[in-house]
Amino acid sequence: MEQTITCINCPVGCRMTVSLSESGEFLSVTGNTCPRGAKYAQQECTLPERMITAVIPVSGCETPLSVKTASPVPKKLIHDIMKELSSVQVSAPVSIGQVILPDVLHTGVDIIATRSLA
Amino acid sequence: MNERHVDILIIGAGPAGLAAAISARECGIESLLVIEREKNAGGILRQCIHNGFGLHRFKEELTGPEYAQRDIDKAAELGIEIECSTTVLSVSPDHIVTCVSASKGLQIIRAKAIVLAMGCRERPRGALCTPGTRCSGIYSAGTAQRFVNLEGFMPGKRVVILGSGDIGLIMARRMTLQGAKVLACVEIMPYSSGLNRNIVQCLHDYDIPLYLSHTVTDIKGRERLEGVTVAEVDDKRNPIPGTEIEFDCDTLLLSCGLIPENELSLGAGVEISPATSGAVVNETFETSVPGIFACGNVLHVHDLVDHVSNESFKAGAAAAAYVRNKQHTAPMITVKDGNGVRGTVPQQIRSDTDQPVDLMFRPSAVFRNSAAVVECGGKELVRKKSMILTPGEMALVTLKPEMLENLPGDSITVRIE
Amino acid sequence: MNMTADIIVIGSGITGCAVARELSRFNASVLVLDRGSDLAEGATKANSGIVHAGYDAVPGTKKALYNVRGANMYESLARELGVPYRRCGALVLAFDEEDKKTITELKSRGETNGVTGLEILDRETLLALEPNLNSEAVAALSVPTSAIVSPYEMAFALADDAALNGVQFRFDEEVVSVSKDPDGCFTVHTGKETLRCKTLVNCAGASGAEIHNQLSKEKLAMIHRRGQYYLLDRAAKQPFDRTVFQCPSVMGKGVLVSPTVHGNLLLGPTAEDIDDPLDTATTSSGLSDILKKATRTWSGLSVRTNITNFSGVRAHLPTDDFMVGPCEGCPGYFEAIGIESPGLSSAPAIGLDLAGMIADHLSLSRKEQIVPYPVPPVPFHDMTPEQREQAIQQDPSYGNIICRCEVVTEAEIRRAIRRPVGARSVDGVKRRTRAGMGRCQGGFCLPRVAAIISEETGIPLKEVTKNGGESLLLSDTIESFLKKGDRDHE
Repeated sequence: MEQTITCINCPVGCRMTVSLSESGEFLSVTGNTCPRGAKYAQQECTLPERMITAVIPVSGCETPLSVKTASPVPKKLIHDIMKELSSVQVSAPVSIGQVILPDVLHTGVDIIATRSLA
Repeated sequence: MNERHVDILIIGAGPAGLAAAISARECGIESLLVIEREKNAGGILRQCIHNGFGLHRFKEELTGPEYAQRDIDKAAELGIEIECSTTVLSVSPDHIVTCVSASKGLQIIRAKAIVLAMGCRERPRGALCTPGTRCSGIYSAGTAQRFVNLEGFMPGKRVVILGSGDIGLIMARRMTLQGAKVLACVEIMPYSSGLNRNIVQCLHDYDIPLYLSHTVTDIKGRERLEGVTVAEVDDKRNPIPGTEIEFDCDTLLLSCGLIPENELSLGAGVEISPATSGAVVNETFETSVPGIFACGNVLHVHDLVDHVSNESFKAGAAAAAYVRNKQHTAPMITVKDGNGVRGTVPQQIRSDTDQPVDLMFRPSAVFRNSAAVVECGGKELVRKKSMILTPGEMALVTLKPEMLENLPGDSITVRIE
Repeated sequence: MNMTADIIVIGSGITGCAVARELSRFNASVLVLDRGSDLAEGATKANSGIVHAGYDAVPGTKKALYNVRGANMYESLARELGVPYRRCGALVLAFDEEDKKTITELKSRGETNGVTGLEILDRETLLALEPNLNSEAVAALSVPTSAIVSPYEMAFALADDAALNGVQFRFDEEVVSVSKDPDGCFTVHTGKETLRCKTLVNCAGASGAEIHNQLSKEKLAMIHRRGQYYLLDRAAKQPFDRTVFQCPSVMGKGVLVSPTVHGNLLLGPTAEDIDDPLDTATTSSGLSDILKKATRTWSGLSVRTNITNFSGVRAHLPTDDFMVGPCEGCPGYFEAIGIESPGLSSAPAIGLDLAGMIADHLSLSRKEQIVPYPVPPVPFHDMTPEQREQAIQQDPSYGNIICRCEVVTEAEIRRAIRRPVGARSVDGVKRRTRAGMGRCQGGFCLPRVAAIISEETGIPLKEVTKNGGESLLLSDTIESFLKKGDRDHE
């Protein structure tokens, strides 16, 4: 099967067509202008990943806490990770870098605070 | 009335002001004060909780608050004085800065050098003359971003975004992740001025449709927004009758351009360029008023904060040199915008500069397989090829000092071929 | 049912506030009702802000009478109440012989009405006075006594004065029906309650006929005539020093270009008859109409610095005149309706007259002591450095600038909420302080203003409104949204 995607590496934004096997394995790509594009296409069509950032409420503080995944996580988990975040209980004080939710959904990736709150 | 003297006064403790302060201190300036109107330093980065900052400068991707914290920590380490919750009311051409705060009242500060780092504001609905009602639920994207990311409130549930610049795209994702429904992103131009990465990760990822060559033509809702009408536009950007689409929404976010906030600069007699809406500066970021420097978004609207920091380090160092009477003047080479180029900064270069000069500009359209050419009186000084140049991404051409020797004239032009 | 008040006034626009203020000088209980959530939410907040000299009104009409009287009262009234007012003068342009006849006629009309200083200027003089005028203008009527004022600030000041002297104001009270009772008094039904009064005063603006028709055998058909505007940014130098008109037509005074008392530039209004008196939307055809017409005055017209558009709905009666006074056949019912232009100019005089009539009708005695209107503090924006320093010493919240575009402090915003008839919404704060009226249109200050409103009034932040009713700023907390999980608002 085929998938069309836009490369995000530079403003050219090559429209690439990726061929995948029945089981979703990467076969080939056309439309890219450089090897970075091919690499991105492969990743994006087999195991797309994203960094997730969000704000969550903090008890004891009016300012919400901004958080992020410490590294990229599978794109298909975005919605579920947001659900996890909705039930996390955080209280002030919080330090930047503090782990808010370890190993979210068994990805091996922590959710960490990106600012400190008193 | 509180009066004080400082060597360098910096207005704004966002990324530009912080970088300028760090740089000036590292150049040995002790008498240094940064004034910030918010309660905390960090500027707009405080509310930019998404990541994508610092890739060039730190070789890692940080969120806005994390990037700001690096500079805040560095400034603290260097013992730089930052006065928060203090608003500058005026800057005079002879370097007298008047500011107010609840704690110190009115302060008159006389500074040998001043660095303007006030950032920018957003274009409001009135500037677009969009007809319709004046209901609640209409926000500039930045104001909505502040409500969500700093105040902890969602402005609405069903959102249409006008403008596909990066702020609009980022907010499309933010509103969606935080539980709202974003119905569409509407862009009047035939292309988006945002990064492809943001189109993919903010719109495509969430199946949010992008309507290019469209605009909002009517706003409905007596008290709170109830809906907007979106229509296609022709090549003169006029709505085409019969192409109207109705959106049932309670929130309209406007991401229609940033305008450098130069009210204080005008008061100081600083010459403003109509092309950038920011100060006219030379390659040391000194404005038309000797000893007053400008950097960051107040000078010209940037896409990457890394470039803001870079530029501001230079401005801070130049302010330090000025204080030490080491900032010399020299006959200026004027930099002109040629075909396809808009808002080149700096607009002037001292003819005897011995450092490379980064010329930054915005392409006025999308150019594929083109070259940015800098020339003087027919003599080509530098040619930089690009696969793509787009208005959404600031372009840069570096001039080596030797290129400026023996010029056939006193002005150079940057153009796209 | 017992009397709620001796006198109920329907409408808290400029007319209702002027009447209420004059009534507060008498020994009587006065209650002002308004369907809006704040004062002056109708045409009073959306007009040209001009105190007309009085040359346009036809001699012998109530418009002519009250316009000139009111205009003569404005300068001292504005000073007494601390309301921004400036006698900038006006010009009525003539582009051809026909127009020249019109302005000559206007001059003579004005003189009959008692207007002073009117003069016809020739092209050379005209263009020397205002170099940015379209050079196609051949002559103009010069009206040195024409002035500009902040119309809603005047209404607020009149209302505060009235409130200090005992007048009550109730909002979100739409008068649904009125009737005369067997005992000669009146019953008033609003959406929320039923009230009774001895005397009823109709200052209900664009909805004036609806009230009138419930009490009078002679039915009125009011025409709702909408006017749209452009408001341009303040500038060191606006293109004109004076208000510039073109010749009037049957629809009204036409499109004008005028500086405002705060230094902005106003273009407009249109004149379109609409069905719904509450339809204050702007339209693309209306706005482009203004541009077409305004170019005749200002050939260098540019709306590049436009900061907002708005519209107001005029209360126009087919008789083309005000109706001020008692209503035949319904003793105790007084009205000031059809108060379109020159309504703003006329309001102080209408208020005085009508209050006098009501006082006579009820045989009211004058109060011996009036609570004098406290001189409002100089806005921080206009203070000298010494005044600013002193203000902050006395109240540190003067040191917190909330609206940077208009330089409005936290102290002033709190004061706007604490005033006798204080603000309870973002627009209420905006109109009393100018916070949010600048070039960023509240982009910067809105979250801060909302927070202060919440603190001062106890209204939770997510219930703070732009201008009352359902005009909520926010939807809910991020916490609520996160907990909602699946998007049930698709």
